Amino acid sequence: MVYIDEPGELAQQALTFARELGGPLHAFAALAAVSVEGVETLHVAEGDAFASYAPAAIAQALVELVERLSPTAVVAAGTERGNEVLAHVAAKLDVPFAANCTRATPGDPLVVTRVRWGGSLLEEARVHGPVKLLTVQPHAVASEEQAAGDPAVERFTPTHSDADLVVRVHERVAAAAGGVSLADAKVVVSCGRGAGSSEGFGIIEELAGLLGGAVGCSRAVTMAGWRPHTDQVGQTGTKIAPDIYIACGISGATQHMAGCKGAKAILVVNTDPEAPILASADWAVIGDLHEIVPAISAEIRKAQTQKAERG
Amino acid sequence: MCVKRVPLTGGRIVLTEDEQAIETRHLAFTISPHEECGVEEAVRLIEANGGESVVLTLGPPEAEEQLRDAMALGIDRAVHLVSEGEEWDPQATAGAIVEAIRADEAANGSFDLVFFGNESADAGNYQVGIRVAYALGRPVATGLKGVSVGGAVVRCEQEVTGGRDVYELPLPAVVGVLEGLNLPRYPSVPAKLRAQRKPVDASTPTRPDSRLEKVRLVVPEGQGKEALILGQGPEAAPAVVEVLRQIGVA
Repeated sequence: MVYIDEPGELAQQALTFARELGGPLHAFAALAAVSVEGVETLHVAEGDAFASYAPAAIAQALVELVERLSPTAVVAAGTERGNEVLAHVAAKLDVPFAANCTRATPGDPLVVTRVRWGGSLLEEARVHGPVKLLTVQPHAVASEEQAAGDPAVERFTPTHSDADLVVRVHERVAAAAGGVSLADAKVVVSCGRGAGSSEGFGIIEELAGLLGGAVGCSRAVTMAGWRPHTDQVGQTGTKIAPDIYIACGISGATQHMAGCKGAKAILVVNTDPEAPILASADWAVIGDLHEIVPAISAEIRKAQTQKAERG
Repeated sequence: MCVKRVPLTGGRIVLTEDEQAIETRHLAFTISPHEECGVEEAVRLIEANGGESVVLTLGPPEAEEQLRDAMALGIDRAVHLVSEGEEWDPQATAGAIVEAIRADEAANGSFDLVFFGNESADAGNYQVGIRVAYALGRPVATGLKGVSVGGAVVRCEQEVTGGRDVYELPLPAVVGVLEGLNLPRYPSVPAKLRAQRKPVDASTPTRPDSRLEKVRLVVPEGQGKEALILGQGPEAAPAVVEVLRQIGVA
Protein backbone atom coordinates (compact mmCIF):
# COMPACT_ATOMS: atom_id res chain seq x y z
CA MET A 1 0.00 0.00 0.00
CA VAL A 2 1.57 3.27 -1.10
CA TYR A 3 0.41 6.58 0.36
CA ILE A 4 0.51 9.25 -2.35
CA ASP A 5 0.79 12.63 -0.65
CA GLU A 6 1.63 14.49 -3.83
CA PRO A 7 1.80 12.87 -7.29
CA GLY A 8 5.16 13.29 -8.98
CA GLU A 9 8.68 11.96 -9.07
CA LEU A 10 8.97 11.14 -5.34
CA ALA A 11 5.65 9.29 -5.42
CA GLN A 12 6.91 7.31 -8.43
CA GLN A 13 10.04 6.42 -6.49
CA ALA A 14 7.91 5.21 -3.57
CA LEU A 15 5.81 3.09 -5.96
CA THR A 16 8.96 1.60 -7.51
CA PHE A 17 10.34 0.81 -4.05
CA ALA A 18 7.06 -0.82 -2.96
CA ARG A 19 6.87 -2.90 -6.15
CA GLU A 20 10.20 -4.51 -5.22
CA LEU A 21 8.59 -5.84 -2.05
CA GLY A 22 6.39 -8.12 -4.19
CA GLY A 23 2.67 -8.85 -4.02
CA PRO A 24 -0.23 -6.85 -5.41
CA LEU A 25 0.30 -3.09 -5.26
CA HIS A 26 -2.38 -0.69 -4.03
CA ALA A 27 -2.23 3.07 -3.65
CA PHE A 28 -4.02 5.47 -1.34
CA ALA A 29 -4.78 9.16 -1.68
CA ALA A 30 -6.85 11.52 0.43
CA LEU A 31 -9.74 13.54 -1.02
CA ALA A 32 -9.10 13.37 -4.77
CA ALA A 33 -8.11 10.59 -7.15
CA VAL A 34 -4.54 11.05 -8.34
CA SER A 35 -3.06 9.90 -11.60
CA VAL A 36 -1.18 6.71 -10.78
CA GLU A 37 -0.11 3.83 -12.97
CA GLY A 38 0.93 0.25 -12.37
CA VAL A 39 -1.23 -0.35 -9.32
CA GLU A 40 -4.23 -2.67 -9.00
CA THR A 41 -6.45 -0.43 -6.91
CA LEU A 42 -6.40 3.20 -5.93
CA HIS A 43 -8.19 3.83 -2.64
CA VAL A 44 -9.51 7.36 -2.25
CA ALA A 45 -10.63 8.60 1.15
CA GLU A 46 -13.45 11.12 0.96
CA GLY A 47 -15.06 13.53 3.38
CA ASP A 48 -14.75 16.99 4.89
CA ALA A 49 -11.93 15.67 7.08
CA PHE A 50 -9.58 16.05 4.10
CA ALA A 51 -10.54 19.58 3.09
CA SER A 52 -7.12 20.73 4.31
CA TYR A 53 -4.02 18.72 5.30
CA ALA A 54 -4.80 16.88 8.55
CA PRO A 55 -2.16 14.23 9.35
CA ALA A 56 -4.16 12.27 11.94
CA ALA A 57 -7.21 12.10 9.65
CA ILE A 58 -5.11 10.77 6.77
CA ALA A 59 -3.41 8.31 9.12
CA GLN A 60 -6.80 7.05 10.33
CA ALA A 61 -7.86 6.36 6.74
CA LEU A 62 -4.66 4.34 6.26
CA VAL A 63 -5.31 2.47 9.51
CA GLU A 64 -8.76 1.46 8.18
CA LEU A 65 -7.17 0.17 4.97
CA VAL A 66 -4.52 -1.75 6.92
CA GLU A 67 -7.21 -3.37 9.07
CA ARG A 68 -9.39 -4.21 6.06
CA LEU A 69 -6.71 -5.36 3.57
CA SER A 70 -3.79 -6.48 5.79
CA PRO A 71 -1.02 -5.25 3.46
CA THR A 72 2.50 -6.45 4.21
CA ALA A 73 3.78 -2.88 4.08
CA VAL A 74 2.67 0.75 3.90
CA VAL A 75 5.13 2.90 1.94
CA ALA A 76 5.35 6.67 1.37
CA ALA A 77 7.89 9.13 0.02
CA GLY A 78 10.30 10.33 2.71
CA THR A 79 9.09 13.92 2.60
CA GLU A 80 8.18 15.92 5.72
CA ARG A 81 4.54 14.96 5.23
CA GLY A 82 5.22 11.36 4.21
CA ASN A 83 7.23 10.85 7.37
CA GLU A 84 4.67 12.68 9.48
CA VAL A 85 1.66 10.68 8.28
CA LEU A 86 3.42 7.31 8.64
CA ALA A 87 4.57 8.26 12.15
CA HIS A 88 0.90 8.92 12.98
CA VAL A 89 -0.03 5.52 11.54
CA ALA A 90 2.78 3.91 13.57
CA ALA A 91 1.56 5.57 16.76
CA LYS A 92 -2.05 4.55 16.11
CA LEU A 93 -1.13 0.91 15.39
CA ASP A 94 1.81 0.76 17.83
CA VAL A 95 4.06 -0.82 15.22
CA PRO A 96 7.61 0.08 14.14
CA PHE A 97 8.27 2.63 11.38
CA ALA A 98 11.52 2.88 9.41
CA ALA A 99 12.00 6.36 7.93
CA ASN A 100 14.03 7.22 4.82
CA CYS A 101 14.91 3.75 3.53
CA THR A 102 17.12 3.22 0.50
CA ARG A 103 16.62 -0.57 0.18
CA ALA A 104 14.42 -3.34 1.46
CA THR A 105 14.85 -7.11 1.27
CA PRO A 106 11.47 -8.86 1.51
CA GLY A 107 11.01 -11.23 4.44
CA ASP A 108 9.89 -11.22 8.03
CA PRO A 109 11.42 -9.41 9.76
CA LEU A 110 11.91 -7.11 6.82
CA VAL A 111 15.53 -6.04 6.36
CA VAL A 112 15.98 -2.43 5.32
CA THR A 113 18.82 -0.01 4.73
CA ARG A 114 17.98 3.50 5.91
CA VAL A 115 19.82 6.79 6.11
CA ARG A 116 21.19 8.41 9.23
CA TRP A 117 22.88 11.79 9.60
CA GLY A 118 21.04 13.06 6.53
CA GLY A 119 22.77 10.43 4.37
CA SER A 120 26.30 10.57 5.79
CA LEU A 121 25.75 7.17 7.38
CA LEU A 122 23.59 4.14 6.55
CA GLU A 123 21.91 1.72 8.95
CA GLU A 124 20.88 -1.84 8.23
CA ALA A 125 17.89 -2.69 10.38
CA ARG A 126 15.25 -5.38 10.88
CA VAL A 127 11.66 -4.17 10.99
CA HIS A 128 9.43 -6.35 13.16
CA GLY A 129 5.66 -6.18 13.48
CA PRO A 130 2.59 -7.29 11.53
CA VAL A 131 2.69 -4.46 8.98
CA LYS A 132 5.90 -2.71 7.95
CA LEU A 133 5.76 1.08 7.73
CA LEU A 134 8.46 2.55 5.51
CA THR A 135 9.29 5.83 3.84
CA VAL A 136 11.66 6.05 0.91
CA GLN A 137 14.66 8.38 0.99
CA PRO A 138 14.16 10.92 -1.84
CA HIS A 139 16.30 10.17 -4.91
CA ALA A 140 17.76 6.95 -3.48
CA VAL A 141 15.67 4.82 -5.88
CA ALA A 142 15.37 5.35 -9.64
CA SER A 143 11.68 5.45 -10.53
CA GLU A 144 10.58 3.04 -13.24
CA GLU A 145 7.99 3.77 -15.87
CA GLN A 146 5.02 1.42 -15.71
CA ALA A 147 2.80 0.20 -18.49
CA ALA A 148 -0.22 2.47 -18.72
CA GLY A 149 -3.54 1.22 -17.41
CA ASP A 150 -5.84 2.93 -15.01
CA PRO A 151 -6.32 1.26 -11.65
CA ALA A 152 -9.69 0.41 -10.20
CA VAL A 153 -10.75 3.31 -7.96
CA GLU A 154 -12.42 2.52 -4.64
CA ARG A 155 -13.80 5.41 -2.65
CA PHE A 156 -14.47 5.25 1.06
CA THR A 157 -15.28 7.60 3.91
CA PRO A 158 -13.24 6.78 7.00
CA THR A 159 -14.68 7.07 10.49
CA HIS A 160 -12.82 9.71 12.46
CA SER A 161 -12.64 10.47 16.15
CA ASP A 162 -12.71 14.14 17.19
CA ALA A 163 -8.99 13.91 17.98
CA ASP A 164 -8.24 13.00 14.35
CA LEU A 165 -9.68 16.32 13.20
CA VAL A 166 -8.03 18.70 15.67
CA VAL A 167 -4.68 19.09 13.90
CA ARG A 168 -5.17 20.55 10.44
CA VAL A 169 -3.90 23.36 8.28
CA HIS A 170 -6.00 26.26 9.43
CA GLU A 171 -4.75 28.79 6.89
CA ARG A 172 -1.98 29.27 4.36
CA VAL A 173 -0.08 32.55 4.52
CA ALA A 174 1.48 33.36 1.16
CA ALA A 175 5.16 34.28 1.18
CA ALA A 176 6.37 37.53 -0.35
CA ALA A 177 7.95 36.76 -3.72
CA GLY A 178 11.72 36.84 -3.31
CA GLY A 179 14.77 36.40 -5.51
CA VAL A 180 16.15 33.08 -6.69
CA SER A 181 15.19 30.37 -4.21
CA LEU A 182 18.09 28.41 -2.79
CA ALA A 183 16.44 25.03 -3.33
CA ASP A 184 15.79 25.70 -7.05
CA ALA A 185 18.84 27.80 -7.96
CA LYS A 186 21.01 26.63 -10.88
CA VAL A 187 24.04 28.22 -9.23
CA VAL A 188 24.68 28.48 -5.50
CA VAL A 189 27.63 30.42 -4.10
CA SER A 190 28.15 29.88 -0.41
CA CYS A 191 30.56 30.82 2.30
CA GLY A 192 31.46 29.63 5.77
CA ARG A 193 32.80 31.32 8.86
CA GLY A 194 35.74 32.55 6.76
CA ALA A 195 33.52 35.38 5.51
CA GLY A 196 34.41 37.01 8.84
CA SER A 197 31.16 38.97 9.23
CA SER A 198 27.80 39.56 7.59
CA GLU A 199 29.46 42.31 5.54
CA GLY A 200 31.98 39.71 4.36
CA PHE A 201 29.15 38.19 2.30
CA GLY A 202 29.23 41.21 -0.04
CA ILE A 203 31.71 39.47 -2.37
CA ILE A 204 29.63 36.25 -2.25
CA GLU A 205 26.44 38.15 -3.14
CA GLU A 206 28.27 39.89 -5.97
CA LEU A 207 29.45 36.61 -7.53
CA ALA A 208 26.06 34.93 -7.05
CA GLY A 209 24.39 37.97 -8.67
CA LEU A 210 26.70 37.84 -11.71
CA LEU A 211 25.88 34.14 -12.19
CA GLY A 212 22.12 34.55 -11.60
CA GLY A 213 22.45 32.31 -8.57
CA ALA A 214 21.55 32.24 -4.91
CA VAL A 215 23.68 32.79 -1.80
CA GLY A 216 24.15 29.93 0.64
CA CYS A 217 26.06 29.55 3.87
CA SER A 218 27.18 27.05 6.49
CA ARG A 219 25.53 26.42 9.86
CA ALA A 220 28.30 28.32 11.67
CA VAL A 221 27.28 31.43 9.74
CA THR A 222 23.58 31.27 10.66
CA MET A 223 24.41 30.47 14.29
CA ALA A 224 26.59 33.61 14.31
CA GLY A 225 23.58 35.55 13.05
CA TRP A 226 25.34 36.74 9.86
CA ARG A 227 22.78 35.25 7.47
CA PRO A 228 19.15 34.09 7.88
CA HIS A 229 18.49 30.37 8.38
CA THR A 230 16.82 30.27 4.96
CA ASP A 231 20.32 30.65 3.43
CA GLN A 232 21.73 27.64 5.30
CA VAL A 233 22.77 24.64 3.20
CA GLY A 234 22.84 21.42 5.21
CA GLN A 235 21.18 18.53 6.99
CA THR A 236 19.08 20.93 9.06
CA GLY A 237 18.98 23.64 6.41
CA THR A 238 18.09 23.62 2.72
CA LYS A 239 18.93 20.68 0.44
CA ILE A 240 20.21 22.14 -2.81
CA ALA A 241 20.58 20.64 -6.31
CA PRO A 242 22.27 23.29 -8.51
CA ASP A 243 24.22 22.73 -11.73
CA ILE A 244 27.21 24.06 -9.83
CA TYR A 245 27.85 24.69 -6.16
CA ILE A 246 30.66 27.13 -5.43
CA ALA A 247 31.69 26.55 -1.81
CA CYS A 248 34.05 29.16 -0.39
CA GLY A 249 35.79 28.64 2.92
CA ILE A 250 33.66 25.60 3.72
CA SER A 251 35.49 22.59 5.17
CA GLY A 252 32.80 20.00 4.42
CA ALA A 253 31.36 18.84 7.75
CA THR A 254 28.85 15.98 7.35
CA GLN A 255 26.11 18.42 8.46
CA HIS A 256 26.89 20.61 5.45
CA MET A 257 27.53 17.86 2.89
CA ALA A 258 24.11 16.32 3.61
CA GLY A 259 22.63 19.48 2.10
CA CYS A 260 24.71 19.71 -1.09
CA LYS A 261 24.87 16.07 -2.18
CA GLY A 262 22.39 16.90 -4.93
CA ALA A 263 24.75 19.40 -6.64
CA LYS A 264 25.75 18.25 -10.13
CA ALA A 265 29.20 19.77 -9.70
CA ILE A 266 31.15 21.37 -6.85
CA LEU A 267 33.86 24.01 -7.11
CA VAL A 268 35.76 24.72 -3.90
CA VAL A 269 37.69 27.81 -2.83
CA ASN A 270 39.66 26.96 0.28
CA THR A 271 42.99 27.75 1.92
CA ASP A 272 43.33 24.11 3.00
CA PRO A 273 44.07 21.60 0.21
CA GLU A 274 43.30 18.81 2.73
CA ALA A 275 39.77 20.06 3.60
CA PRO A 276 37.26 17.14 3.58
CA ILE A 277 35.06 18.91 1.02
CA LEU A 278 37.72 18.33 -1.68
CA ALA A 279 36.85 14.63 -1.62
CA SER A 280 33.40 15.55 -2.98
CA ALA A 281 34.51 18.36 -5.27
CA ASP A 282 35.17 18.51 -9.00
CA TRP A 283 37.44 21.57 -8.99
CA ALA A 284 39.31 23.53 -6.37
CA VAL A 285 41.19 26.79 -6.10
CA ILE A 286 43.57 26.93 -3.16
CA GLY A 287 43.90 30.25 -1.41
CA ASP A 288 42.13 33.10 0.35
CA LEU A 289 38.51 33.51 -0.68
CA HIS A 290 38.73 37.28 -0.02
CA GLU A 291 41.20 37.55 -2.92
CA ILE A 292 39.89 34.79 -5.17
CA VAL A 293 36.14 35.52 -5.17
CA PRO A 294 36.50 39.19 -6.26
CA ALA A 295 39.00 38.08 -8.94
CA ILE A 296 36.43 35.61 -10.33
CA SER A 297 33.76 38.33 -10.35
CA ALA A 298 36.14 40.73 -12.14
CA GLU A 299 36.95 38.07 -14.72
CA ILE A 300 33.24 37.44 -15.38
CA ARG A 301 32.62 41.17 -15.77
CA LYS A 302 35.52 41.43 -18.19
CA ALA A 303 34.13 38.57 -20.27
CA GLN A 304 30.65 40.12 -20.25
CA THR A 305 32.02 43.50 -21.36
CA GLN A 306 34.01 41.90 -24.18
CA LYS A 307 30.93 40.02 -25.30
CA ALA A 308 28.86 43.22 -25.25
CA GLU A 309 31.49 45.08 -27.26
CA ARG A 310 31.66 42.31 -29.84
CA GLY A 311 27.89 42.06 -29.97
CA MET B 1 11.87 19.94 26.03
CA CYS B 2 13.23 16.55 25.02
CA VAL B 3 16.83 16.43 23.79
CA LYS B 4 19.30 13.80 22.59
CA ARG B 5 23.07 13.72 23.07
CA VAL B 6 24.80 13.33 19.68
CA PRO B 7 28.44 13.59 18.60
CA LEU B 8 29.81 16.51 16.57
CA THR B 9 30.89 14.43 13.60
CA GLY B 10 33.13 16.89 11.74
CA GLY B 11 34.13 15.97 8.22
CA ARG B 12 34.39 12.20 8.29
CA ILE B 13 32.51 9.47 10.17
CA VAL B 14 34.48 6.53 11.60
CA LEU B 15 32.67 3.53 13.09
CA THR B 16 33.54 1.37 16.07
CA GLU B 17 34.88 -2.08 15.20
CA ASP B 18 31.54 -3.82 15.91
CA GLU B 19 29.81 -1.37 13.47
CA GLN B 20 27.20 -0.54 16.10
CA ALA B 21 28.14 3.09 16.73
CA ILE B 22 30.24 6.04 15.65
CA GLU B 23 33.75 6.08 17.11
CA THR B 24 33.46 9.05 19.44
CA ARG B 25 36.70 8.87 21.46
CA HIS B 26 37.97 12.05 19.81
CA LEU B 27 34.65 13.82 19.36
CA ALA B 28 32.77 16.45 21.35
CA PHE B 29 29.02 16.14 21.96
CA THR B 30 26.04 18.39 21.56
CA ILE B 31 22.28 18.10 21.07
CA SER B 32 20.57 17.91 17.68
CA PRO B 33 20.38 21.32 15.96
CA HIS B 34 16.57 21.33 15.89
CA GLU B 35 16.59 20.78 19.65
CA GLU B 36 18.88 23.75 20.27
CA CYS B 37 16.12 25.93 18.85
CA GLY B 38 13.53 24.05 20.90
CA VAL B 39 15.43 24.79 24.11
CA GLU B 40 15.67 28.46 23.18
CA GLU B 41 11.94 28.62 22.35
CA ALA B 42 10.98 26.97 25.65
CA VAL B 43 13.15 29.45 27.57
CA ARG B 44 11.64 32.43 25.69
CA LEU B 45 8.09 31.19 26.35
CA ILE B 46 8.76 31.00 30.09
CA GLU B 47 10.50 34.39 30.09
CA ALA B 48 7.44 35.92 28.41
CA ASN B 49 4.67 34.06 30.23
CA GLY B 50 6.13 32.79 33.50
CA GLY B 51 6.07 29.18 34.60
CA GLU B 52 8.68 26.47 34.62
CA SER B 53 10.66 24.65 31.93
CA VAL B 54 12.12 21.15 32.15
CA VAL B 55 14.67 19.44 29.90
CA LEU B 56 14.45 15.66 29.51
CA THR B 57 16.85 13.20 27.93
CA LEU B 58 17.21 9.46 27.52
CA GLY B 59 20.92 8.84 27.28
CA PRO B 60 24.11 7.63 28.93
CA PRO B 61 25.39 9.13 32.20
CA GLU B 62 27.51 11.56 30.13
CA ALA B 63 24.31 13.12 28.71
CA GLU B 64 24.09 15.11 31.95
CA GLU B 65 26.47 17.49 30.12
CA GLN B 66 23.70 18.27 27.59
CA LEU B 67 21.14 18.73 30.38
CA ARG B 68 23.49 21.22 32.11
CA ASP B 69 24.01 23.02 28.77
CA ALA B 70 20.23 23.42 28.39
CA MET B 71 19.90 24.66 31.97
CA ALA B 72 22.70 27.17 31.28
CA LEU B 73 20.43 28.63 28.60
CA GLY B 74 17.65 29.09 31.13
CA ILE B 75 15.82 25.76 31.56
CA ASP B 76 14.87 25.34 35.23
CA ARG B 77 15.43 21.65 35.93
CA ALA B 78 16.18 18.32 34.26
CA VAL B 79 14.95 14.74 34.03
CA HIS B 80 17.62 12.19 33.07
CA LEU B 81 16.55 8.72 31.96
CA VAL B 82 19.90 7.02 32.24
CA SER B 83 20.67 4.39 29.62
CA GLU B 84 23.69 2.14 29.42
CA GLY B 85 24.81 3.61 26.13
CA GLU B 86 22.96 1.11 23.92
CA GLU B 87 20.55 2.71 21.47
CA TRP B 88 16.84 2.58 22.18
CA ASP B 89 14.54 2.24 19.19
CA PRO B 90 11.89 4.96 18.65
CA GLN B 91 9.04 2.99 20.24
CA ALA B 92 11.08 2.20 23.35
CA THR B 93 12.32 5.80 23.55
CA ALA B 94 8.78 7.16 23.31
CA GLY B 95 7.58 4.68 25.95
CA ALA B 96 10.24 5.76 28.45
CA ILE B 97 9.55 9.45 27.81
CA VAL B 98 5.79 8.95 28.28
CA GLU B 99 6.33 7.23 31.64
CA ALA B 100 8.68 10.00 32.76
CA ILE B 101 6.25 12.74 31.71
CA ARG B 102 3.35 11.02 33.48
CA ALA B 103 5.39 10.64 36.67
CA ASP B 104 6.55 14.26 36.55
CA GLU B 105 3.05 15.56 35.87
CA ALA B 106 1.63 13.51 38.75
CA ALA B 107 4.11 15.24 41.09
CA ASN B 108 4.36 18.73 39.59
CA GLY B 109 1.28 19.35 37.44
CA SER B 110 0.66 19.14 33.73
CA PHE B 111 2.95 20.49 31.01
CA ASP B 112 1.19 22.89 28.62
CA LEU B 113 3.68 22.14 25.85
CA VAL B 114 6.09 19.30 25.18
CA PHE B 115 8.81 20.19 22.65
CA PHE B 116 10.73 17.78 20.46
CA GLY B 117 13.23 18.35 17.68
CA ASN B 118 11.54 17.29 14.44
CA GLU B 119 14.07 14.46 14.04
CA SER B 120 17.33 13.63 15.77
CA ALA B 121 20.55 14.51 13.94
CA ASP B 122 21.86 10.97 14.19
CA ALA B 123 19.04 8.41 13.86
CA GLY B 124 16.51 10.63 12.04
CA ASN B 125 13.49 8.50 12.89
CA TYR B 126 10.87 11.30 12.64
CA GLN B 127 8.45 9.73 15.10
CA VAL B 128 9.25 9.89 18.83
CA GLY B 129 7.31 13.11 19.47
CA ILE B 130 4.28 11.86 17.56
CA ARG B 131 4.26 8.57 19.49
CA VAL B 132 4.51 10.44 22.79
CA ALA B 133 1.61 12.72 21.78
CA TYR B 134 -0.64 9.75 21.01
CA ALA B 135 0.22 8.01 24.27
CA LEU B 136 -0.60 11.19 26.20
CA GLY B 137 -3.73 11.84 24.11
CA ARG B 138 -2.54 15.30 22.99
CA PRO B 139 -2.55 16.96 19.56
CA VAL B 140 0.79 17.17 17.76
CA ALA B 141 2.19 19.28 14.92
CA THR B 142 5.67 18.79 13.47
CA GLY B 143 8.08 20.43 11.04
CA LEU B 144 7.51 23.79 12.73
CA LYS B 145 9.36 27.05 12.16
CA GLY B 146 6.96 29.13 14.23
CA VAL B 147 5.42 28.47 17.66
CA SER B 148 3.46 31.10 19.58
CA VAL B 149 1.12 30.70 22.51
CA GLY B 150 -1.98 32.82 23.02
CA GLY B 151 -4.55 31.89 25.66
CA ALA B 152 -5.19 28.15 25.54
CA VAL B 153 -4.01 27.78 21.93
CA VAL B 154 -0.59 27.27 20.35
CA ARG B 155 -0.25 28.67 16.85
CA CYS B 156 2.16 26.56 14.81
CA GLU B 157 3.70 27.48 11.46
CA GLN B 158 5.34 25.30 8.81
CA GLU B 159 7.32 26.63 5.87
CA VAL B 160 5.90 25.18 2.66
CA THR B 161 6.39 25.99 -1.01
CA GLY B 162 4.78 29.36 -1.54
CA GLY B 163 4.24 30.34 2.07
CA ARG B 164 3.46 29.15 5.56
CA ASP B 165 0.86 26.64 6.73
CA VAL B 166 -0.69 27.56 10.06
CA TYR B 167 -2.13 25.17 12.66
CA GLU B 168 -3.94 26.10 15.86
CA LEU B 169 -3.72 23.44 18.55
CA PRO B 170 -5.51 23.48 21.90
CA LEU B 171 -3.19 23.17 24.90
CA PRO B 172 -1.82 20.89 26.22
CA ALA B 173 -0.03 19.93 23.01
CA VAL B 174 3.14 18.42 21.58
CA VAL B 175 5.27 20.21 18.96
CA GLY B 176 8.15 19.06 16.73
CA VAL B 177 10.35 22.01 15.81
CA LEU B 178 13.00 22.74 13.19
CA GLU B 179 16.22 24.69 13.25
CA GLY B 180 15.53 28.25 12.08
CA LEU B 181 12.69 28.66 14.59
CA ASN B 182 14.88 31.23 16.34
CA LEU B 183 18.54 32.12 16.84
CA PRO B 184 19.64 30.42 20.09
CA ARG B 185 21.55 32.52 22.63
CA TYR B 186 25.00 31.75 23.98
CA PRO B 187 25.13 30.93 27.70
CA SER B 188 26.82 33.42 30.02
CA VAL B 189 29.46 32.26 32.49
CA PRO B 190 27.23 32.98 35.54
CA ALA B 191 24.40 31.06 33.86
CA LYS B 192 26.74 28.09 33.35
CA LEU B 193 27.66 28.18 37.03
CA ARG B 194 23.99 28.42 38.06
CA ALA B 195 23.20 25.44 35.82
CA GLN B 196 25.59 23.29 37.87
CA ARG B 197 23.35 23.76 40.90
CA LYS B 198 20.01 23.14 39.18
CA PRO B 199 18.29 19.82 40.01
CA VAL B 200 18.58 16.70 37.82
CA ASP B 201 16.10 13.94 38.56
CA ALA B 202 17.82 10.73 37.41
CA SER B 203 16.28 7.29 37.02
CA THR B 204 17.20 4.12 35.14
CA PRO B 205 14.44 2.67 32.96
CA THR B 206 14.70 -0.86 31.56
CA ARG B 207 15.39 -1.11 27.85
CA PRO B 208 12.85 -3.24 25.97
CA ASP B 209 13.77 -5.24 22.84
CA SER B 210 14.00 -3.18 19.67
CA ARG B 211 11.24 -3.59 17.11
CA LEU B 212 13.18 -1.41 14.70
CA GLU B 213 16.32 -3.41 15.30
CA LYS B 214 19.68 -1.99 14.26
CA VAL B 215 21.86 -4.67 12.66
CA ARG B 216 24.87 -2.55 11.77
CA LEU B 217 25.98 0.83 10.53
CA VAL B 218 27.70 1.37 7.19
CA VAL B 219 29.68 4.39 6.00
CA PRO B 220 28.49 4.98 2.43
CA GLU B 221 31.16 4.83 -0.22
CA GLY B 222 32.53 8.22 -1.12
CA GLN B 223 31.92 9.69 -4.52
CA GLY B 224 35.54 8.76 -5.27
CA LYS B 225 36.20 12.20 -6.64
CA GLU B 226 39.54 13.84 -6.82
CA ALA B 227 39.17 17.58 -7.22
CA LEU B 228 41.10 19.08 -10.11
CA ILE B 229 43.17 21.93 -8.68
CA LEU B 230 42.59 24.91 -10.99
CA GLY B 231 45.32 26.96 -9.35
CA GLN B 232 46.45 28.93 -6.33
CA GLY B 233 45.06 32.34 -5.43
CA PRO B 234 43.42 34.97 -7.65
CA GLU B 235 45.51 33.98 -10.67
CA ALA B 236 43.18 30.98 -11.00
CA ALA B 237 40.18 33.22 -11.82
CA PRO B 238 40.35 32.77 -15.64
CA ALA B 239 40.42 28.98 -15.20
CA VAL B 240 37.36 29.19 -12.93
CA VAL B 241 35.46 31.29 -15.46
CA GLU B 242 36.38 28.78 -18.18
CA VAL B 243 34.81 26.00 -16.05
CA LEU B 244 31.70 28.14 -15.47
CA ARG B 245 31.45 28.79 -19.21
CA GLN B 246 31.70 25.06 -20.00
CA ILE B 247 28.87 24.33 -17.58
CA GLY B 248 26.90 27.13 -19.21
CA VAL B 249 26.41 29.40 -16.21
CA ALA B 250 28.79 32.22 -17.18
